[in-house]
Amino acid sequence: MPPTVNAALAGSEHANHLGLPPLDIDPRLVGDPALRPVAAKLAQGERLDAGDGLALMTSKDLLGLGALAHAARLAKNGPYTYYVLNRQINYSNVCGNRCTFCAFWREPDGEGAYLLSPQEAASVAAEHPEMDLAELHVVGSCHPQLGLDYYCELLAALAAARPRATLKAFTPVEIEHFARQEGISTTEVLQRLMAAGLKAMPGGGAEVFSPRVRAELCPSKTSGKRWLAISGQAHALGLPTNATMLYGHIETPAERVEHLLALREQQDLSGGFSAFIPLAFHPENTGLGELARTTGLDDLKVVAASRLLLDNFPHIKAYWVMLGPKLAQVALNFGADDLDGTIVEERITHTAGATTAKGMTEEELRHLIISAGFTPVRRDSFYRSLEQD
Amino acid sequence: MALAQAQRSPLAQALAAAQAGERLSPEQAVTLLNEAELLELGRLAHAARMRLNPEPVVTFAVDRNINTTNECLSGCRFCAFFRPPGHAEGYVLSREELGRKIDETLALGGTHILIQGGLHPQIGVEATCDSFRFIKQHHPIHIHGLSPPEVVHMAQVDGLSIPEALERLREAGLGSIPGGGAEILVDRVRSRIAPGKCDAEQWLAVMAEAHRQGLMTTATMMFGSLDTVEDRVEHLRCLRDLQDDSLALGRGRFTAFIPWTFQPANTALSDIPPATAVDYLRMLAVSRLFLDNFPHLQASWVTQGAGIAQTALVFGADDLGSTMIEENVVAAAGISFRLPREELVRLANDIGFQARQRDVFYNPV
Repeated sequence: MPPTVNAALAGSEHANHLGLPPLDIDPRLVGDPALRPVAAKLAQGERLDAGDGLALMTSKDLLGLGALAHAARLAKNGPYTYYVLNRQINYSNVCGNRCTFCAFWREPDGEGAYLLSPQEAASVAAEHPEMDLAELHVVGSCHPQLGLDYYCELLAALAAARPRATLKAFTPVEIEHFARQEGISTTEVLQRLMAAGLKAMPGGGAEVFSPRVRAELCPSKTSGKRWLAISGQAHALGLPTNATMLYGHIETPAERVEHLLALREQQDLSGGFSAFIPLAFHPENTGLGELARTTGLDDLKVVAASRLLLDNFPHIKAYWVMLGPKLAQVALNFGADDLDGTIVEERITHTAGATTAKGMTEEELRHLIISAGFTPVRRDSFYRSLEQD
Repeated sequence: MALAQAQRSPLAQALAAAQAGERLSPEQAVTLLNEAELLELGRLAHAARMRLNPEPVVTFAVDRNINTTNECLSGCRFCAFFRPPGHAEGYVLSREELGRKIDETLALGGTHILIQGGLHPQIGVEATCDSFRFIKQHHPIHIHGLSPPEVVHMAQVDGLSIPEALERLREAGLGSIPGGGAEILVDRVRSRIAPGKCDAEQWLAVMAEAHRQGLMTTATMMFGSLDTVEDRVEHLRCLRDLQDDSLALGRGRFTAFIPWTFQPANTALSDIPPATAVDYLRMLAVSRLFLDNFPHLQASWVTQGAGIAQTALVFGADDLGSTMIEENVVAAAGISFRLPREELVRLANDIGFQARQRDVFYNPV
């Protein structure tokens, strides 16, 4: 009898924080001459540099990129593909940052502006009692009027409504905003939120770290350096966090590579990132509405380059809300090993014109994984298997 | 050496045959569909595509799907578009509307119309010929029209043989035939999903006769309903055999193969889990390898979306189909991807191909 998923996972060194081992790459799959030196390094187990990253990020050799990234994915995660029963809760869309690429934010008295009270958020979390949610993903905005007490009450109310779910809440951008509002340090904010039930953090607000891009698109937002530093503080306190990159707007390939290498460096230092999630920019209803959507090549390339450059990240997520379920499934052959989850009600990308469903069923997620030839693993927020053996 | 050959796994043998560009057996195609790695299939299919179409060019057509009527006797269980004859939501397109749609198509640089309709109880060969003559006289454009189930049905309505029906339709202006209504050319499946539609033998007989009369046609496959992997390969085998015969005859032939996935939403089979993007790319790649006598393979952005259609360009497809100024049937099943011409060009260029508009015969425009 083959070993159960849980036994196999327990016995493997999957998803480690170390670099990549020497990879087994089929050279016939790599057509682009610019990728061959990268393939040679990967076959030796050498760490890639910015030049290699640029070769990956500018290649049009989709199959070659896939071959390299899939070898890395197999080395890290084998055939296992993760998903989580989760729900997103966006407590407010009132935000003072006014980022050009965002279609979600509103002025405090703007049309459609809202703020959920802790009790309202808790009743949203309690919907669908038949779903055994493992995670609540809670992000909002930089609300100009709220104090830290609100966020602590929010976490307490959510924990009471869903005691079995892990509270994964607030991006480093929100943490910095809370600290400013309260006049205390970000570490102190994190400690108080942890006391109120915070167990992990999502990776939003990273956008692209390049100061040029941030000055143009999100000048009020936390800098890249601060974003990384706050993630590091969370890691030091034992909070696992994620990281993202919003690509497909005005950033250059070199700026994408710099972003990924900055994340890798931070991970070397603090080690607490669980997953990297590339986010394909959706231009509709944003200040950049004239831009075209990213292409399939671009989406798969960013997944592949991320897997290869972020050798110390255990997981790469194909976020189906932004990629669509079809490309997200194909991305499992281009380095990704996680499809995120059921989500239930996605708001942010849908205000920017996403045409995907707002949620997926567990059955749909497993079907995508199995029909792509991988082994599904229902996980918790910490990538522990919840499969019933 | 011979012993070593014989001991190689069926997968290794199938991969080696595909690598060498040999004609694949149906068993080998089944093995590849079931067992080969996705990216390996892509590599082999793309190499086959570049052998057959060596230019770094992706083609597309500018045309319009015109559905003359949605009233249909067939009652296919996978269809969200049809209404039974006499239904309140049934329609038959007027001549004025038909003319307006064609004029718009021409104004947008379109080279042809794809004209199809339901199996209407009163519309036979003669009524269709009238309509084609009207088009040719007042709104001249290439008519890429009907499908084998329609031809069979219309011949029955007017009591004509298939060769007679095709002859009259050709004389009235039919220029080529799209390969719709093939679904899966295995009667066990057809009789369950499309009981009112012509059987596999009739479908192939119409195409054989059309080729004999010098008509170019395409062929489609709708997979992912009640079909097995073996059924899909049997479908490909029927098409490859017929194409061998048509090429030997040297008149008409299949120009392209267009696989697409069954879209279960709003149909009587909505409980079937949909074929996924990975299923689609694998099927496309194996089709490219198996159909060695088909010059072109179309990517189906209508059912797959832009991202997968672009990916399909390295999994065997060399054509992005058409800009589809109008598409009703797939849209009725809850899918609505719209790709204007600029977007098709951008997708092709982005992945390293030139984009070139073609006509229905795959000649550059």
